[in-house]
Amino acid sequence: MSTTTTESTVPDDVIGPQGDTPPGGRPGREALSEMSHPHRARAVKDVVARVVMWAAFLLAMVPLVWILGTVVVKGVHMLGTSTWWTGNQRNINSDDVGGGARHAIEGTLAMVGFTALIAVPIGILAAVYLVEYGRGRLAKTISFTVDILSGVPSIVAALFIYAVWVTSFGLRQSGVAASLALVLLMIPVVVRSTEEMLKLVPNELREAAYALGVPKWVTVVKVVLRTAFSGIVTGVLLGVARVMGETAPLLILAPYTKGFQRDLFNGNFPTLPMMINQDRGDLALAAAAERMWGAALTLILLVLLLNVIGRVIAHYGSIKK
Amino acid sequence: MPTLTGVSAADELPGPDGQRPLQGDNASTGRLGDRLFGGAATVSGVIIIAIVTLIAVFLVVQAVPALTNNSENFLTSRVWAPGGDKPAFGILEFLWTTVAASTIAMLIAVPVGVGVALFLTQYSPAWLRRPAATLVDLLAAVPSIVYGLWGLITFFPFWKPIQTRIESTLGWFPLFAPADVSGGTIFFIGIVLSIMVLPIVTALSREVFAQTPATHKEGALALGATHWEMIRTAVLPFGRPGVISAAMLALGRALGETIAVTFLVSALFDGKAWTFSLFNGGETFASKIANNAAEFSNPNKTGAYIAAGLVLFVLTFVVNSIARVVIERRKAFTE
Repeated sequence: MSTTTTESTVPDDVIGPQGDTPPGGRPGREALSEMSHPHRARAVKDVVARVVMWAAFLLAMVPLVWILGTVVVKGVHMLGTSTWWTGNQRNINSDDVGGGARHAIEGTLAMVGFTALIAVPIGILAAVYLVEYGRGRLAKTISFTVDILSGVPSIVAALFIYAVWVTSFGLRQSGVAASLALVLLMIPVVVRSTEEMLKLVPNELREAAYALGVPKWVTVVKVVLRTAFSGIVTGVLLGVARVMGETAPLLILAPYTKGFQRDLFNGNFPTLPMMINQDRGDLALAAAAERMWGAALTLILLVLLLNVIGRVIAHYGSIKK
Repeated sequence: MPTLTGVSAADELPGPDGQRPLQGDNASTGRLGDRLFGGAATVSGVIIIAIVTLIAVFLVVQAVPALTNNSENFLTSRVWAPGGDKPAFGILEFLWTTVAASTIAMLIAVPVGVGVALFLTQYSPAWLRRPAATLVDLLAAVPSIVYGLWGLITFFPFWKPIQTRIESTLGWFPLFAPADVSGGTIFFIGIVLSIMVLPIVTALSREVFAQTPATHKEGALALGATHWEMIRTAVLPFGRPGVISAAMLALGRALGETIAVTFLVSALFDGKAWTFSLFNGGETFASKIANNAAEFSNPNKTGAYIAAGLVLFVLTFVVNSIARVVIERRKAFTE
């Protein structure tokens, strides 16, 4: 404020130094300096709270930037090498530079693909039951167990499958066993997200279909599920992204192999998390460390890609009210 | 965006006219197609119930023989020697490490997560709101094995001097006593866990804060409240049950987090004296099981690990049930 102006109706001595005025153009802020002491304390608290909330957000961004930055800086080199996307690690010792990650990428995709094949139908149908059919105690019980299942730690899911698959049935550890553990982790994600989407479908659409004499199951399949389709796809992709990075079940159920292995039912199985885990054992060797960061970056890129696709679909296909 | 924490349709209360929401069953024609489709949906739901029941049954059945052979008290012993003719194992140390690290994670993640949620719903400029929320969600998309790597290789060297400083100034306090551990400590694991569960706290808190009735907020402002006073008197009380369940869900995740913790823990040597120090090492349930996956050779050993897994399952079950009960009660008040 200029001191030479004569138009000011407020005496200069009432207005505090410029530094007292908080940023932001909210009405009434200019009056801050005229407040008596207790009011001033309230205004100060308000500013402090504002600063704290901003700080909390910026603090949360620090690890995100730090983690992504670390992985990109250390891993991007490997992704540019000629064999990364085509080769595997067979006959490559820990201290040998190079080799590819294709076996692990293919393995991870095959494993989550198989997982989705089982988890998606069960998850969507269970959500259909919860929204379209069930209202009684069975529905409540299902809803409760979905909550419990979503809280089951991945290591417990893995132990359970181990107890069934290996201890009880005497079968070998394999890609399929790990997939089954991932199914347990993926089902609740699919159920909950599908349910959210089905609830968004306006009741009028169902009523219109019924009024035309359409049977209920056709209404659900052709009207409700179709209307909610993009949202369901998004939920499925996010669910796939979640299980893709899971490592604990693989550790217990699907030991790593360095070569190509396209048969989920046949013993050791290569995956990206297990490739990372393998090279972590030889961190002191520069070649292994480099491979490990390369695999980590590849895994993050796959997960982020699924997230981005899911969000784009959700953005362009969301139900308009 | 779909959420993982939403309230199920099955739990919604009847509408004002006494009718249930989404009347549908009456439309069933009873024809084959209807029966098949409805049946498939029901079966899928029942499968989920069966899975959860089977998890509990299988873990119990396979843990019991090992527990009956156990020559130590399972809950109060610190020994872990499940092999051999005379297996002896107890979980006291894992229980302490798991609970202590998760508690630290909560002490950091809940205040920061609530702060971020308030920022996103009450403070953020409109243009920043969506991108900021997406960025926070990205934290949840980072696989936990990557958190483990980052913690082990990048964050730990940064943290180590800070820990040494705390040890030298606050070491007289039992929780901060130096414990002569060179690798990751309970405290350090707590910090990494807090970053991993932050998006969970934020997501659910954000959801409930955003639902604060505008009339509550306007009422507070009309009475002359500052922005912060409005939040304190209108937004926070309304959102409290949501924050509590968010914290519980996050706690459940922290208790069971496996691979990142496995990378970071420092296993203690047998017979190390007991200490309450947070700068001690020690295994959590999950890391102990994961670290010894190769040891599942004989039924007794496997049984001991399955028993440990069962305790973890019960812990997370209880914590998640509390989260659910709190959310249910909130519905009873708001509807």
